[in-house]
Amino acid sequence: MNGPAGATAAPPAVELRDAAMTYADGTQALQPVGLRVAPGEFLTLLGPSGCGKSTLLKMIAGLLRPSAGEVRLWGGTVDALEDADRRPAFVFQAPTLMPWASVRANVRLPLDLAGVPAAEAEARVHDALALVGLADSARALPRTLSGGMQMRVSIARSLVTRPQLLLMDEPFGALDEITRNKLDAELLALWQGRGLTVVFVTHSIQEAVFLSNRVVMMAARPGRVVDEVRIDEPYPRAPEFAVSERFSQHARLLQQSLLQASGGADAGAVRGAAARGERA
Amino acid sequence: MSRPPRGGERAGRVRRVAYPLLVGLLFLAAWQGTVSVLGLPPYLVPSPALMVKTLAADWSTLGAALLVTVRITLLAFALATAIGVAISFLFVQSRLIEAAFFPFAVLLQVTPIVAVAPLVIIWVKDPGTAMVICAALVALFPVISNTTLGLRSVDPDLLSYFRLYRATRTQTLLRLRIPSALPYFFGGLRISSGLALIGAVVAEFVAGTGGTGAGLAYQIMQAGFQLDIPRMFAALFLISLTGMALFAAMAWFSRMALGSWHSSEALRD
Repeated sequence: MNGPAGATAAPPAVELRDAAMTYADGTQALQPVGLRVAPGEFLTLLGPSGCGKSTLLKMIAGLLRPSAGEVRLWGGTVDALEDADRRPAFVFQAPTLMPWASVRANVRLPLDLAGVPAAEAEARVHDALALVGLADSARALPRTLSGGMQMRVSIARSLVTRPQLLLMDEPFGALDEITRNKLDAELLALWQGRGLTVVFVTHSIQEAVFLSNRVVMMAARPGRVVDEVRIDEPYPRAPEFAVSERFSQHARLLQQSLLQASGGADAGAVRGAAARGERA
Repeated sequence: MSRPPRGGERAGRVRRVAYPLLVGLLFLAAWQGTVSVLGLPPYLVPSPALMVKTLAADWSTLGAALLVTVRITLLAFALATAIGVAISFLFVQSRLIEAAFFPFAVLLQVTPIVAVAPLVIIWVKDPGTAMVICAALVALFPVISNTTLGLRSVDPDLLSYFRLYRATRTQTLLRLRIPSALPYFFGGLRISSGLALIGAVVAEFVAGTGGTGAGLAYQIMQAGFQLDIPRMFAALFLISLTGMALFAAMAWFSRMALGSWHSSEALRD
């Protein structure tokens, strides 16, 4: 079973120290957030639209600079990360593929940008495509693939650099439920097999429960963290888990917490309510 | 990836050629019929048959003039494309540069070429070069405008992705901005190729150069002076044909470059 490994000894994979985001026009997108993600953890940011989940994720990736506070990865700042595998990989909500380039060229992109020699790059691309079950589609153009396959290409592209930290911004939100469930299961297998640390954004309670070690719940206007809940369930999580009573209990707890947060309850009250529930 | 054309695609291609051809033939038939039935004199409206006959009879003069006009058009078009793309690359380096210089690009566009051409012809000694410059000035703006828009119209998530992997400016330009700009660039070329031809004809009119360097515009002027209307129509026909050929060539290039991936070409019926 995977889980937060070495949380005390090793530096956290991600650490936010009162990181906040206020835009130049004064809009507060995110109130100060303090958060630590242990190496090997699968953490989900769950909340309604506009709660700052994506902003938080982009701050972790270094795509947005916090207006206050600090973001550290593996004990250092994002800019100071020299090892390519320490740099976070990012999967966007849309597949974000280059439509003019083949699947192979898309997956190879981060290696080409980093100047990885061609032979090594080709081998890695082959491995990454095999990992997501698309080895036969290497020469296809993105538009000839289904939405689920395009998302697999996007995941292969993020894995080709062999990252230790994977950031995913509602990657399966636009897919049908059957495809989403399949990709969720595949993602869990990848996470376990590769010992990845994953920070996953979703607004689906079911997806959060199925995937995560820990769920951080957020509320909107202004964006803020209101609660966090552990999902202490064993891995691998079979599809039957999604229809079990335990799953429903976790889902209910998250739902109550989110409802309280969106109903105007302050973060402390929500945390208290969650603590009286099944919070680990 | 190439694959054999499907039945629907082939039918679409046939439609794209056959329908305009049919309309053109109907128009010519109506024109021929009107001239014959009403007995219109050739110095007012020549029939298409007479126009074709004149074209064949005067081919040595008109063909040579066509080559001159086509040469000016192509040189001007190439010049406008090269300069336009270079300026666009400069514009996307900084919003400040674009803000400072874009109004002058607009100025070029809105100033009538007939007003500028005499100046260019005075300043540049060689009439051929002067005409190329005039035509290039007319053709320049769509290339600048479209290519700049294209270079800026990059998927923001893809741009973030390039930033995430610390892509250099050159890598982002070559691997992301240029391919993203291609559909806009080819749109600009379609407009610009036609404008280069218009610019060449206008410049020839203003320059009024005769002799061996005379283009189709000069032939039209001469035919007008001599009231040789069938010849004027023949020259006009050649200009129209050149414009259509240029447009078709640009459409072909666009299809070759974008056909496999961009919806503007890939999803044509």
